[in-house]
Amino acid sequence: MSFAFNARNAAAALLVAGLLLLPLYSSLSGNVFVLTLFTRIVIFALAAVSLNLIMGYGGMMSFGHAAYLGIGGYAVGILAFEGIGSGFIQWPVALLASALYALVIGALSLRTRGVYFIMITLAFAQMAYYVASSLARYGGDDGLTIYKRSNFAGLINLSSRVPFYYLCLACLFGGIYLIWRIVNSRFGLVVQGLRSNEARMQAIGFPATRYRLVCFVIAGTMCGLAGALLANNTDFVSPAAMYWTRSGDLMVMVILGGMGTLFGPVIGAIAYLVLEDVLSRCTEYWALIMGPLLLLIVLFGRGGIMGLLGRRGDG
Amino acid sequence: MLLVAEQLLNGLQFGLLLFLLAAGLTLVFGIMDLVNLAHGSLYMMGAYFAASLVAWSGSYVIGVALALGATFLLGVVLEFVALRHLYGRDHLDHVLATFGLILFFNDAVRLIWGPEGLSLPLPAWLSAPIQIVPGFFYPSYRLAIIVVALAVALMLYWVVMRTRIGMLIRAGASNREMIGALGINIKLLYTLVFGLGAALAGLAGLMQAPILTVQIGMGENILILAFVIIVIGGIGSIRGAFLAAIFVGMIDTLGRAFLPELLRKMLSSAAASTAAPAISSMLIYLVMAIVLVVRPEGLFPASKR
Repeated sequence: MSFAFNARNAAAALLVAGLLLLPLYSSLSGNVFVLTLFTRIVIFALAAVSLNLIMGYGGMMSFGHAAYLGIGGYAVGILAFEGIGSGFIQWPVALLASALYALVIGALSLRTRGVYFIMITLAFAQMAYYVASSLARYGGDDGLTIYKRSNFAGLINLSSRVPFYYLCLACLFGGIYLIWRIVNSRFGLVVQGLRSNEARMQAIGFPATRYRLVCFVIAGTMCGLAGALLANNTDFVSPAAMYWTRSGDLMVMVILGGMGTLFGPVIGAIAYLVLEDVLSRCTEYWALIMGPLLLLIVLFGRGGIMGLLGRRGDG
Repeated sequence: MLLVAEQLLNGLQFGLLLFLLAAGLTLVFGIMDLVNLAHGSLYMMGAYFAASLVAWSGSYVIGVALALGATFLLGVVLEFVALRHLYGRDHLDHVLATFGLILFFNDAVRLIWGPEGLSLPLPAWLSAPIQIVPGFFYPSYRLAIIVVALAVALMLYWVVMRTRIGMLIRAGASNREMIGALGINIKLLYTLVFGLGAALAGLAGLMQAPILTVQIGMGENILILAFVIIVIGGIGSIRGAFLAAIFVGMIDTLGRAFLPELLRKMLSSAAASTAAPAISSMLIYLVMAIVLVVRPEGLFPASKR
């Protein structure tokens, strides 16, 4: 993997620098809101990046990715509700629960292909949504307020804005680094090979489903982390976090930014959420513009924003 | 016993309604290979059109007929402006583009009709219960839904299987280029099929409207159900959609009606009242998951029609 100077890498470098310097801008200009907005964006970017691993590189079109946001969030929320405030317990539980869920539904869903896969992942996420709605003890439909953010024993204080932002950013960059390593490893090459030509890969002797399943579980776990962050960010978790439109949002972010590119989903998340924010401040009916815009992007902008920045050189 | 009979009829009614929605979806999917998430929006638009046109014309029948025409036209316009450019593209593109359309329609409705829902009152001749067998009354409106939906299902079968148009549609589904080469205007045919699917969705929406309220987002939950149905039935198969729709309608209705009682017998009543709504909502998804695990292509794969 070489780092040639091209529009894409320049965009990625700018992106990283911008995200790193954002709290500085926020404190200099006194614009606190931008930090709040971008904390949310960075968390969603992590979710989008994890979805991109299975969708962009693995060719698995999951329409139920928001389920992990909910699972990670509920793990934090429920443990906090039951009096276990330590992040050292909450977060591993969130990751583990997401991984387990991904393992079970992945093992079932990966038997299907194409649209059937889209629909079965959607069905499982809807099931998770209804389970969460029925948790009467934990707020049911109304959701669960988290009164205390995860406690990391003085290591980091999640209630303070800037450290929390940097924690989210560290998770995002960690996730991207992990995906970069995965994509360029033997394992990642096999998964990408399966996307291109499953029959051929199987003929060489790779067990398709097993490779895909591992990839699916990694992505789910990563998104569970985003869920834990999101719950801490909003101090709240509700079934709405898993609703299918939320999964749709994540898909839009990935495709908008550019599927199968490292930084594409991050750019997509920024573009989508900033656009939503700007439009919703101009008009109450922001979706009236956003909807057709998505349609136009699909019709004319193949490859997303990364696609506009030039053809893929080395991936 | 009467309760069971009533719930069975309710299940049949809901299933047939779902079939109307799923039929349009599976036609569009099977023939144009287009995943249309905005199908639920057409369902919603049908209900909104009916609610305002009935109020405007003062007649239920005229309003409903106008609403059907309006939904058909909306479908045709939608196909012409946007969706026809998506044929032959990746399914993911379809999901994204039609997701955008959902956003658009929800806000358009909010802008035009306001955020509160509308109601569609029934005329007097449809609101009285009807005596089916001595001592067993059933709402005449629900019975009317069953009759209308069955008639539409039969007509749809007849059109697709027995008429020249239907023959062309089926031929277009199996080989688009060939039927184009034979001098058939395949684009027009596709537009008509999409309009037909839209009208069916609109019909389902306006028939459901008096039972529930007409509100924004009403199409989304039921759209997912319709997708579950076409996936269980096998994508592109109308027969599969019909059977799966009845099946799903029955499971959903009976599950909601009888599961709480059943659970209460097995569990403590507190646990049962928590678990029952969740389990009855999940039931259909569970069925779909099981079907897909056992038969990954659905029960009636269209390729083996």
